Amino acid sequence: MFQYTLRRLFMLIPVLFGMSVIVFAIVHLIPGNPAETMLGERATPEAIERLTQEYGLNEPLPTQYVLYVKNILSGDLGTSLRSKRPISEEIWPYLAATIELAFASMLFAVVIGVNAGIISAWRRQSWFDYVSMLIALIGVSIPVFWLGLMEQWIFANELHWLPSTGRDNARDPVQAITHLYLIDSLIAGRWDQFLDVVRHLILPSIALGTIPMAIIARITRSSMLEVMNADYVRTARAKGVKGFSTVYVHALKNALIPILTVVGVQVGFLLGGAVLTETIFGWPGIGRYIYEAISFRDYPVIQSGILVVATLFVLINLLVDLLYAWIDPRIHYS
Amino acid sequence: MCQKLMIETGQSLSVKEPLPEGKYPSGQEAQETIAHVSPWQEIWQRLRVHRFFQWGAFVLVLLVLLAIFGPLLTPYSYDGTNLSEGLKPPSSEHWFGTDDLGRDIFTRVAYGARISLWVGLAAVSGSIVVGTLLGLVAGYFGRWIDTLISRLFDIMFAFPSILLAIAIVAVLGGGLVKALIAISIINIPTFGRLVRSRVVSLVQEEYVQAARAIGLGHAPIIFRHILPNTIAPVIVQGSLGIATAILEAAALGFLGLGAQRPTPEWGRMLADAREFFQSAPWTVFFPGVMIMITVLAFNMLGDALRDVLDPKLKT
Amino acid sequence: MSKKRLEVSKRFKASFAKHSKTSAIVLLLVVLVLSLSACGGAGTNGDKSASEGQDQGQDQGKTKEKVLVFARGGDSVSLDPATVTDGESLRVTKNIMEPLLQYKPDSFEVEPALATDWKVSDDGLTYTFTLRKDVKFHDGTDFNADAVVYNFKRWVDPNDPHYAEFEYYQSQFGDIIEDVVAVDPYTVEFHLKDRQAPFLQNIAMDPFAIASPEALKKYGADFGRHPVGTGPYVFEEWKPKASITLVKNKDYWGGELGLDRVVFTVIEDNSARLNALKSGEADIIDGVLPNDVASLKKDDRFQVLDRPPNNVGYLGFNTQKSPFDNVKLRQAVAHVINKQGLIDAFYSGQGEPAKNPMPSTIAGYNDAIVDYEYNLEKAKQLMKEAGYADGVEVNFYAMPVYRPYMPNGPKVAEAIQDELNKIGIRTKIVSPEWAVYLDETKQGKQDMYLLGWTGDNGDPDNYLYVLLDKDNAGGSNRSFYTNEEVHTLLVQAQQEVDPAKRMELYKRAQEIIHEDVPMIPLVHSISSLAATKDVKGFVPHPGGSDKLTNVTIGQ
Repeated sequence: MFQYTLRRLFMLIPVLFGMSVIVFAIVHLIPGNPAETMLGERATPEAIERLTQEYGLNEPLPTQYVLYVKNILSGDLGTSLRSKRPISEEIWPYLAATIELAFASMLFAVVIGVNAGIISAWRRQSWFDYVSMLIALIGVSIPVFWLGLMEQWIFANELHWLPSTGRDNARDPVQAITHLYLIDSLIAGRWDQFLDVVRHLILPSIALGTIPMAIIARITRSSMLEVMNADYVRTARAKGVKGFSTVYVHALKNALIPILTVVGVQVGFLLGGAVLTETIFGWPGIGRYIYEAISFRDYPVIQSGILVVATLFVLINLLVDLLYAWIDPRIHYS
Repeated sequence: MCQKLMIETGQSLSVKEPLPEGKYPSGQEAQETIAHVSPWQEIWQRLRVHRFFQWGAFVLVLLVLLAIFGPLLTPYSYDGTNLSEGLKPPSSEHWFGTDDLGRDIFTRVAYGARISLWVGLAAVSGSIVVGTLLGLVAGYFGRWIDTLISRLFDIMFAFPSILLAIAIVAVLGGGLVKALIAISIINIPTFGRLVRSRVVSLVQEEYVQAARAIGLGHAPIIFRHILPNTIAPVIVQGSLGIATAILEAAALGFLGLGAQRPTPEWGRMLADAREFFQSAPWTVFFPGVMIMITVLAFNMLGDALRDVLDPKLKT
Repeated sequence: MSKKRLEVSKRFKASFAKHSKTSAIVLLLVVLVLSLSACGGAGTNGDKSASEGQDQGQDQGKTKEKVLVFARGGDSVSLDPATVTDGESLRVTKNIMEPLLQYKPDSFEVEPALATDWKVSDDGLTYTFTLRKDVKFHDGTDFNADAVVYNFKRWVDPNDPHYAEFEYYQSQFGDIIEDVVAVDPYTVEFHLKDRQAPFLQNIAMDPFAIASPEALKKYGADFGRHPVGTGPYVFEEWKPKASITLVKNKDYWGGELGLDRVVFTVIEDNSARLNALKSGEADIIDGVLPNDVASLKKDDRFQVLDRPPNNVGYLGFNTQKSPFDNVKLRQAVAHVINKQGLIDAFYSGQGEPAKNPMPSTIAGYNDAIVDYEYNLEKAKQLMKEAGYADGVEVNFYAMPVYRPYMPNGPKVAEAIQDELNKIGIRTKIVSPEWAVYLDETKQGKQDMYLLGWTGDNGDPDNYLYVLLDKDNAGGSNRSFYTNEEVHTLLVQAQQEVDPAKRMELYKRAQEIIHEDVPMIPLVHSISSLAATKDVKGFVPHPGGSDKLTNVTIGQ
């Protein structure tokens, strides 16, 4: 097991290395010069020249790449051209915002998805099954940004139930310590702020969590059905273990692996793919951070930002694989 | 035998969707049909009665009709502005209302159907061609080629795909075709991995070994014996992929990176309408609904195809 | 066989206990979330009253604080004014740090800030400032002549350890400042190499605010996250892309302040920002869309605050490239632009038609100039004279980003395109990404383009020299306009210290520019803020950033 983990970690190296090359290439292929973009309407030829020099963009590309990799290896993610701050210091608040959002979305997706899937499988071909599977089908077909806009329209603008943008109440902002506001508000002992943070989380996490929710519901249902037809469950039923608990416990256990796979993959997507949700809900997350860096041609931020997200994605998938073994001791890795 | 077949069909069909088993040919009927017709006809027989296929195809036909004839139903053009007619709610004159520049939203939405259908189909075709080729090569030749291609897929898979698409569009320079290419690129690994895994197991099959043994060249083996057997999952994934591609194109359009004005791409329309959301909700509502319906249709088709072609495949 | 199954089923049973626990927790969480949204819903019903109620609830513990929530469209880049050029950064730093002089609240006239008095030598090369006494930086250190010298050194000297790559310093002063000397603790002398007419205007710009030398030393490159100055508000917290919080400076030299706390929050989407105002999440918002101004004016809960125009949105030509190297053709275009029509359609009337490259509030504005009237016949005639009777095909770059002077470039371009068709100029509108747009217009790929300028210091030099002098061709002068006569006039004016003579030079320059049409000024737009009626004393400054010294909220 330990060896397997090591080997998987080792295999990350070529992937991350290849990724750094690709990102670097893409970034420098993008037309437009950061110096010009930063200066905007104010760009004078001398100013552009000066900034280009300062950013080190006059160096030949291979030199720049080598320098970049060297810095990464020594734990230096570079400095943002725009804010002139070290990325390693700057990135965490954004990442934390996205992690919090992804966590809430996944909670929503798993709780609703797994339960809907189980009940659908249990009450197969009931109206519940039809309806929830229809919703699941619509769920994977709905554009996230449109869903977000509709939510804002209904729940924020019309009904005034929930706030439409941001992470906390501007009048009484959460004191950022970990930048995970759910935790920060509790550290401050502010229950009212905690509730406020939760209320800000609801709409965006539903928007972001709908696709995973739908996928999880479908996969849960199909794996449950598969398992329910398996001999041992039939036996258990025949032996008199009755009702819902049979399904819920016996089958869920075995259906957990495909569900977990989906969850793992989706968490990865949530981290990097939240840019639309973040745009709609004014969520200061990592997706926005990288997206803005792309439009400002902030090369170091694009490179390091994508690298960080991708690393997280790969690590989460590794974690999922390891969880398999924990859930089902019959799986051995060698 | 008969019982086993029934379980399999019953399972695979009902696993994917909730229709009563009675709607499908019973095991025995199916078996009888099989005896008389070619595999493709058999597939068609089963597809035809699949409820999702019926619905998906029905919606799709409507969409195609809308794309072709929709713009002809109205006296307006998709880019003809008329400032005095701006932001009018739906009426008998303007079925879906007008946008801020006074353009008829129905006309624009109908025209947009052409764009989205074309983007979806073209982007996925691109992914399929490149992905399949790479997958075939990797799976068939194995060794370092396989390692290289598989690692490439790993890398692309680990990228946050929408950000990768944004970056690619930034490199290529925006516009509908560029967005299409970006979407095509980010979806290559999906098909590549699918084909590769299929090829890896096919290469072990006796008939392929036999073909090798009699000294058949690589190309004939790949294209005559292996490729045809990878088609089924690719078709299934392809129709689901179109759904994804349409969503991704709309997302890029929404971020202002896809189609350029005044092209009535649905995502772009949504983004432009956002500022009038409160005063004129119809400007946001209809493009969004159209995206959803289109994507839904392709997802239904994909589900149906999966049930029929490849019961083993999962999401 | 059956034994094995039994084992399996046992294990499942054991795990059932575990799982039922998890599912119980999950269930609890669901209930919690649902109840939260429900009670949130009940609490916020009837938008404003509830949020006020909530505030009171929170404030019960503390004494009633006066908090102003200012919602804006973008985050600051850095809070070190010496390193930035963007308005969103300067609007915040303006309240933390102060320059020697400052502009009056509603104009570009200079008045004392950290300097109480100033003298100019007869040759115009030495400026002597008397500094305000008993002023302390937020970190408790003294403000004095040494601090001023320290700051200027940091801006000028690349070898200084805290040297700031200072865009504004370069653009406003270049290498004109020879030396800055502390004569005594409260007197500073500036020695110039050359006379500079707008010197005092420049000194009063927000970027030339004086920072605490101790803080500069302490935080180094991170000063932009820990700004320390003498201003009315003290920096407290910055949550990137979310909010910046400032608190009252209790020892402010300017006297008692009306606010305890100012929170600048970022809400990028325009309609969401308006919503925040309506729901009570924000007290004041900027970037109100022209469309929304009318409805806000009718609503008696809110006030609309118009920022006087200090910008120009223009249609530029590439004057170095065929076909628009032909002045007749440029004049033809000028005759088919309906400026008022554009303003009504795309600015909701919130702007003035422009005939000069600078707004009428700027000194030296030439009001004698008569704008090209809308006249299709004349335009067609000019087309003929230019040798393009059969028409011509050109590209038309339309800026893709929002600016107050150009809220929607592509749509303005579409409208102009329509008009140009009538005289046979067929345009292809290109609207690439902003970075690409800037790059390509700098290279001169455009035939026609849309762009604009927002003034920095209220001086004519800041418009005419920047936009149309040959020194700036390919930079801020994207029309590549290189008229020698204009150049001579503008450079002369830079050194002319007699205001009357100076203004004459600018007026003459505007005449030539009008004849030459390197650009067609379209509009000087008014951008609007909106606030609740509770906000008092807010005066929008034409420069785009506002000092909140006199603002108060509530009773």
